[in-house]
Amino acid sequence: MEHSPIPQKSRGGFRPGAGRKPKSGIPGEPSGVMRIPASDKAAVINLINTRRHLRMAPIPAGASRPAIDPPRVLIPQFSNRIAAGFPSPADDYIEDRLDLNQLLVKNVPATYFLDVIGNSMVGAGIFEGDKLVVDRSLEPKHGNIVVAVVDGEHTVKRLFKRAGKIELRSENPQYPPIQFKEGQELLIFGVVTNSIHPAK
Amino acid sequence: MDVNNFYVSCERVFNPSLEGRPIIVLSNNDGCAVARSNEVKSLGIKMGQPWFQMRDLAQQHGIIAYSSNYTLYADMSNRVMAILSQFSPNQEVYSIDECFLDLTEFQSLSLVDYGQQIRQRVKLWTGLPVCVGVGPTKTLAKLANHLAKKNPVFNSVCNLNSMNPKEQDRWLSHTAVDEVWGIGTRLAPKLTGMGIRTVLNLKNSDPVTLRSWFGVVVEKTVRELNGIICLELEDISSPKQQIMSSRSFGSYVTRREDLEEAVSSYTTRAAEKLRRQGSVAGSIYVHIRTNPHQKNEPQYGQGMTIPLPEATDDTLKLVKAATWAVRRLYKAGYDYQKASVILSELLPRDVLQQDLFSHDASNGTSTRMKLLDEVNLKMGENTLRLASNGIHQTWGMRSGNRSPAYTTRWTELPKAMAL
Repeated sequence: MEHSPIPQKSRGGFRPGAGRKPKSGIPGEPSGVMRIPASDKAAVINLINTRRHLRMAPIPAGASRPAIDPPRVLIPQFSNRIAAGFPSPADDYIEDRLDLNQLLVKNVPATYFLDVIGNSMVGAGIFEGDKLVVDRSLEPKHGNIVVAVVDGEHTVKRLFKRAGKIELRSENPQYPPIQFKEGQELLIFGVVTNSIHPAK
Repeated sequence: MDVNNFYVSCERVFNPSLEGRPIIVLSNNDGCAVARSNEVKSLGIKMGQPWFQMRDLAQQHGIIAYSSNYTLYADMSNRVMAILSQFSPNQEVYSIDECFLDLTEFQSLSLVDYGQQIRQRVKLWTGLPVCVGVGPTKTLAKLANHLAKKNPVFNSVCNLNSMNPKEQDRWLSHTAVDEVWGIGTRLAPKLTGMGIRTVLNLKNSDPVTLRSWFGVVVEKTVRELNGIICLELEDISSPKQQIMSSRSFGSYVTRREDLEEAVSSYTTRAAEKLRRQGSVAGSIYVHIRTNPHQKNEPQYGQGMTIPLPEATDDTLKLVKAATWAVRRLYKAGYDYQKASVILSELLPRDVLQQDLFSHDASNGTSTRMKLLDEVNLKMGENTLRLASNGIHQTWGMRSGNRSPAYTTRWTELPKAMAL
C-alpha cells in the first residue's frame, strides 16, 4: 500500500476546533465529555455558570463555604451540659452501664433461651419457671447441665459420661436417671450456662 | 451455602417431635406450600401447590401443616448469616436461606474441608442442616450446591474446583438444564426444544447465539458455566432502592374503610423498614386489586404514585398520602384481595433537602417517630400504632397454625422439661 506524502506544512500548528474550549472549566482540573438531552442543555449551562460564579466569588473573611456533600461525623454526646460554672469532675470517668448480655451471652448467634417446666433439677438451683441460657456452641462434657432431646421433647438434665456409661441425671431423688445403651444416640440441644431465677 | 428445607428445619429445631415426620409450611394466609420436608417431597407434593388440593393426601399421610412464622425464620436466618460471616470477609446474603461467600483467599486450604467446617458449625450452633457448593463462579457454586444436596456421595459439600474437567462434565451431563440458576421454568422447555437438555449441553452452547434468542442473562449464564465470572459478589449492605410491603388479605375486602386500614398498616411497616435503613422516601406508590384467579367475579386493579412535597420517613405523613390514594383508587362493588405499598426515590436521611417553603423545622427523624420505634422495640411490635391501622383488622392474615416466636419473645420461649 502506498501512502501519499503529507505536505510538511500541514503538520503541527493551529487546527480549528481543537483543544479545550475557552472558559470550559477550571484551570488545572481535568474536564470530561458528556452526552445530555438537547432540551437540558440550557439548564446545564446555567448550572455550570452559577457554580463558576460561586467559585470565583471572593469569600468573605470568617465565612466558610457550604460543603456540597457534607461528610458525616459522629460526635460523642456528653451527659453534662457545659455550665458556666465548674465542670463536673466525673466527666472523665463515664463508662457504659453494665449490660447483662455481656455477662450471660458469650456467643450471640449460638445462644437460646428456654423456660423450665417441672422440678427435677431443684438440686442444681433450677426451678419451674426459670429461664435457661443455653449455648449450642459448647461441647457437652461430663457434669454439665444440658438440654437434651428425649422422646421428642427438650429436657434439662445433668450429663453423666463416665466409664462407658452415658446418663442424663436429675437433681431430685424422686426422678430416676435416663440411661443410654450402646448404639442409642443422645441428641443434645445445648449446654446450659446460666439459669435466671426471679427472687420474688 | 443453602439451608435444607429452611422453614421446615427451623420448626424442627424447636419442636424435635417433628423429626422424621412429613411437614409443610404454608404461605401467607395458608394458601400454598412454601416449604416441604423430604417426607412430603417424596409424596409428590410440589412447591407452591395450593393447600386445598392436598388436604386429602395430608390427612391420609398425617402431614402436619404450619402457617409461616417469619419472625422465627428471620431470626434463624440472621444467626446463620452471622456464623457464615466468620468464614469469609466477603459475603453476599442472597436470600433468607442462601448466601455466597468469597473463598478466593482460602484456596490454599482444602475447600471441601472448609465447607465441612462451615456445615458443621452452622448445624451445631443453630441445629439447621446446610449444604455447601464451591465453584469458580456464582452459577457454578449454586450448581455445586444442588449436586451436594441431591447426591449423598458428597456428604453435603461439593467442590467443582477440585474435580478434573472430565469428572465435572460427567456431573453436568447428569443434571437437567432447569436446575441452572437463572434458567426458569419458562426458559427450560424452550432450551430443551433446541436440544439443550443437560447443563453440559448448555455449557457447550454458543453464548452469542443464545443471546440473540434469549437475551443477555442466558449469555452470562453460559459464560459462568464455563468458569468466566459475569456476576460479581454483591454487597447487600447498601440500602435498598425501594421498600415494598404487599400482602393478600385473609378474606376479601369490600369496604373502603377496611382497605384504608390495610394500606395504613402496610405503610406503617414500610415506614419502619425505611427508618431502620436510615432513608427518607420521595414518593409512595399504592396498588389495590381483586383476585385475578376468580374469573367469574368482576375484576379491578389500579395503582398510583404520589410524589411527596418533601422526602420523609414520618409514618403519619406517609399514611396520610397512602390513604388519600386509596380513596382515589377505590371503586365500590369489587372484592379486593390484595394491596401493595412501595416507597421509592429513597435518599439517605442525612442529605435530606429541606423544602424552602416548609413549615417543618425538624431535621431528620422526628422525636415522635423515634419514640414510636423505641416503644415498639421495647414493648413488642404494634404496641403503639396509628388508629387508622384499625383495631380488629378483619382483613388480617390467616395463620391458623403458627408456631411460637421461640427466639424473639420472652412469653413464647421453647420449654425445657425438668420432669
